[in-house]
Amino acid sequence: MMHVLKDWIFTTDHKKIGLLYLIGSIAAFVLAGIMALLMRAELSAIGPTITTNPNDYNVWLYFHGAAMILGFQIPALTGFLANYLIPLQIGARDVAFPRVNALSVWLFYMGIFLALLTFVVPNPPDVMWTGYPPYSVVTPGNTALYTFTVLLLGFASILGGVNFLTTITFMRAPGIGWNQLNIFTWCTFGAFILQLIFVPVLGTAVTMIMLDKYVGTHFFDPAAGGDVLIYQNLFWFYSHPAVYVIFLPFIGIVFDIVATFARNRIFNYKAAVYGGIGGIVILAGEVWIHHLYVTGMPDWLRVGQMITTLMISVPVGLMFISLVGTLFKGSISFKTPMLYGLSVIFLMLVGGLTGIPLALVSLDLHVSDTYFIIGHFHYVMAVAGTFSIFGGVYYLYPKFTGRMYNETLGKIGFWLSFIGVNSIFFPMMVVGVTTGMPRRYWDYQQFPEAESFHVIMTAGAAIIAIGFIIILINWIHGMLKGEKAGSNPWGSRSLEWTTTSPPLAHGNWEAVPTIKEAWGPYEYGTNKT
Amino acid sequence: MHKLGMTGINLTSSLVGFMISLMPGSSFAREIADTAKGFNDLWYEVMIDITIIGAIFAFITIYFMIKYRRRNDDDEGSQKPMTTMSAIGWAIIPVFIFLADDLYMAAKGWTLYNEYRNVPENSLEIKLESAMWSWDYTYPNGVKAYNELRVPAGTPIVLRMTSRDTLHSHFIPDFRIKEDSMPGRITYLWFYPQEPGEHVVTCAEYCGLLHSRMAGKIIAMPEEEFTAWYKAEAENLEQNLASN
Repeated sequence: MMHVLKDWIFTTDHKKIGLLYLIGSIAAFVLAGIMALLMRAELSAIGPTITTNPNDYNVWLYFHGAAMILGFQIPALTGFLANYLIPLQIGARDVAFPRVNALSVWLFYMGIFLALLTFVVPNPPDVMWTGYPPYSVVTPGNTALYTFTVLLLGFASILGGVNFLTTITFMRAPGIGWNQLNIFTWCTFGAFILQLIFVPVLGTAVTMIMLDKYVGTHFFDPAAGGDVLIYQNLFWFYSHPAVYVIFLPFIGIVFDIVATFARNRIFNYKAAVYGGIGGIVILAGEVWIHHLYVTGMPDWLRVGQMITTLMISVPVGLMFISLVGTLFKGSISFKTPMLYGLSVIFLMLVGGLTGIPLALVSLDLHVSDTYFIIGHFHYVMAVAGTFSIFGGVYYLYPKFTGRMYNETLGKIGFWLSFIGVNSIFFPMMVVGVTTGMPRRYWDYQQFPEAESFHVIMTAGAAIIAIGFIIILINWIHGMLKGEKAGSNPWGSRSLEWTTTSPPLAHGNWEAVPTIKEAWGPYEYGTNKT
Repeated sequence: MHKLGMTGINLTSSLVGFMISLMPGSSFAREIADTAKGFNDLWYEVMIDITIIGAIFAFITIYFMIKYRRRNDDDEGSQKPMTTMSAIGWAIIPVFIFLADDLYMAAKGWTLYNEYRNVPENSLEIKLESAMWSWDYTYPNGVKAYNELRVPAGTPIVLRMTSRDTLHSHFIPDFRIKEDSMPGRITYLWFYPQEPGEHVVTCAEYCGLLHSRMAGKIIAMPEEEFTAWYKAEAENLEQNLASN
């Protein structure tokens, strides 16, 4: 037992580190999900429902947002999936800096630990995941906890970025060219470029808050010559690209899932990679003002970034055409991972297209900061991202456990979640635009017509919770009792399926795979190699 | 001939209208934009636009899912590698379609935005200072009001806003408008209550404990009633000042 524990704690194997990321991020997901259930219970009726203290609600909301984004989605995508898949997809024996990799995962755990202190310290942070000053400076809540959580997780991200950019650039097996990479590997490459450029800006912003609150500087204090808007600019200069740090890997794993289960080549690969991923990386840093449409930014900035924001539809549209086109003339099987993969197409349609009215600054003047926004970003980022992660876990499940999950339970879990999310987030958008009910409300006396919608949403949350319990049972049961999976249960052409399930602890393959010239991860319909 | 005559009349009348509009203080000066209606119209149009795009993608996806479902366990897809020309075509043509839609939307959005930002002449200017957790309004004559803003129907109102403590956002859902108020900065928004009635005001920028209870209302009164109320309040204010 001690031996196993020691093995996991001191591991530098990218697969074990990936699984450590998975365990930590699922734990964060469970906690943040419980916060969501508490909030839904509170909002199920007008007036105080399960707490009479709005501060409780604010702390739940803070924890839900911060933990879901920083503790679940980013680590699950750029920690678990990237760590587990990328060396396998490029035919490498490990990442470029295995010990740095181990350092990042333990930094991540320390970040989670700090975030958990939220439930222990006397004045928990209540600053939302955005931490806007002056509130974050004047609040009695513990803003330092927020700052250090962000700094630790950000540091882990930067180390991960250096590691993976080096790995993908220099450690591809001989014969794998840039145009033979999996879309997931390309997407992660793009995501880590963004992390490396923008995370330091977030670090700067949250550090300035801490200095203002505890050291007595005046960055955001207008009475002493500071300016409150500096923070929002710095924060969103990171946090909008952070949306793509989540979006790119999740759409990448969806590409791989869809190609595998349609056993088909990617439609217009180069347009998706160079136009789609490249376009997003280039545009990511020029659209942050759309988070500041109602903060009194100069008109020329608002209108200018309205146009850049709308232009995001071009690279995303190219990726979408490639994704849907990959189904064309495919051979589509509807196993659980594919259900998640296909559902992301529809979730992204709802979430992505509702981004168009939000991009228009004149329409945003009404819907900004209302429930419409919550509905939109949950569809496009939270739900689509989470469904991709779950799809990715199911997809890799035979690889990392060596066993199969139960297909029926998997499908039941999927459909419950799918019904649940749609009955939460679609009504949210309707409430947002029709009543104008703002977000971050513990109570909504002034919007009585919203109550019936909130009842539906709360019911939806309960359905998701049941679905997730089924998913978790399925995962644990499969790990112990599932039937043995072969090395390539899905019939994929991608490199990660050429090794045993689970792969060799060190080195992944007996020998570095030899790559034939015509090989590609999506070369289906040709003679089997 | 008849048609030409009509054109002449139209031309004359619009010229007259134009000249009147140049006179100072004229009610023809500029038609006051109805931004709430502008919002509703543009929203409706954008919803149709995105529903069509979404329906096309969804329909194609579902069609492919049914048509190309796996029939035999060993089947593989049969998509051929693309030729360079078709790859370029499948990139360039969608790019131009998306860009065209984007720019069309941007133009529409920008036009409406200009209406939102150009304060009509002869607006009643009221100062607003927000605080945790109340809306404090000050009329031009010094009369103050808290959380309840009485305004004359038929007059555009412009709020010059700042904040005493943290960020707030003065949101009037009925008029489809909000703008943040911040310490150390002055922002503005305007709205046009055409008819008498009450409208909810609520805070849309997180401001701590009672954020969700930071609500007030705007009461648009018939013009004569408002004038009477406004005068009475001003006299009260003077008496109070005198007695102090």
